[in-house]
Amino acid sequence: MADEALFQFLHNELIQYVYKSSEQGEMENARCITKLENMGFRVGQGLIERFTKDTARFKDELDVMKFICKDFWTSVFKKQIDNLRTNHQGIYVLQDNKFRLLSQLSAGKQYLEHAPKYLAFTCGLVRGGLANLGVKSIVTAEVSVMPACKFQVMIQKV
Amino acid sequence: MSRQSNRTTESKKMNSELFTLTYGALVTQLCKDYENDEEVNKQLDKMGYNIGVRLIEDFLARSSVGRCHDFRETADVIAKVAFKMYLGITPSVTNWSPAGDEFSLILENNPLVDFVELPDNHSNLVYSNILCGVLRGALEMVQMAVDVRFAQDTLRGDNVTEIRMKFVKRIEENLPAGDE
Repeated sequence: MADEALFQFLHNELIQYVYKSSEQGEMENARCITKLENMGFRVGQGLIERFTKDTARFKDELDVMKFICKDFWTSVFKKQIDNLRTNHQGIYVLQDNKFRLLSQLSAGKQYLEHAPKYLAFTCGLVRGGLANLGVKSIVTAEVSVMPACKFQVMIQKV
Repeated sequence: MSRQSNRTTESKKMNSELFTLTYGALVTQLCKDYENDEEVNKQLDKMGYNIGVRLIEDFLARSSVGRCHDFRETADVIAKVAFKMYLGITPSVTNWSPAGDEFSLILENNPLVDFVELPDNHSNLVYSNILCGVLRGALEMVQMAVDVRFAQDTLRGDNVTEIRMKFVKRIEENLPAGDE
């Protein structure tokens, strides 16, 4: 099934919609990002619930993160995370060298400023997934060279 | 490891769930943003249109179907190739009008509504309206103006989901003057 293209188009429309219905400006930009992130959160929650229903219990936090990097990422983005790093104190950096939702954008510097829009939904996706596995976190993303990007997951200890 | 066993089969299904859930999140957001259902329907149709005009290229590239000779052939390609390719379902084509310019696509199951129940206060919401926009947009790019609407919807208690499509006209390409 070629629904991957469909998802990408839908994702683009999501972004278009959120940005069109808002005003310009720095404040508004942050609000749009939040909106996209929240949508991703919902989806992440639903997905992880469907996806883990037959899996064994996770050993620990790292086990959960590995699951996100391998299985979760593969099903959503058709590839694994290329590099996972952690400081063993609750910060994980997930690096994707060819992030699917950026790969349709020009790889130059031209659209670099627009990259955060295309990452917000995924940040939410990861946060939502983790939340439903009982891991509270803050997820941010950064791009320095397209289409590679890094997601930073900061675990919130309760 | 038991966890690794059923992955590959799951992952395909998972991807369609990603789409379904994302679409759900979008509709939810629209319902929050707009006062009435008609506005939401309109917005969904618009977004579908934007997707359709792009999706047609992907479709033509991937499917390698040629030019359709009449509307019946178009209907068949939509049902048997396009729906199959993108949504994994094959709707049946029925209820042709005598003039052959209008037909129905009957969807036995609609993947968009997999996890959906409509609350009572959204009785006018056409949840899957994005499909109408997609079809309209895609066909417009191959010089066909069509009218697409939902005639029946399982979400609203009907037995099947029915999309009614009407051929409006052939769009002539208007070349700019002096440009051959």
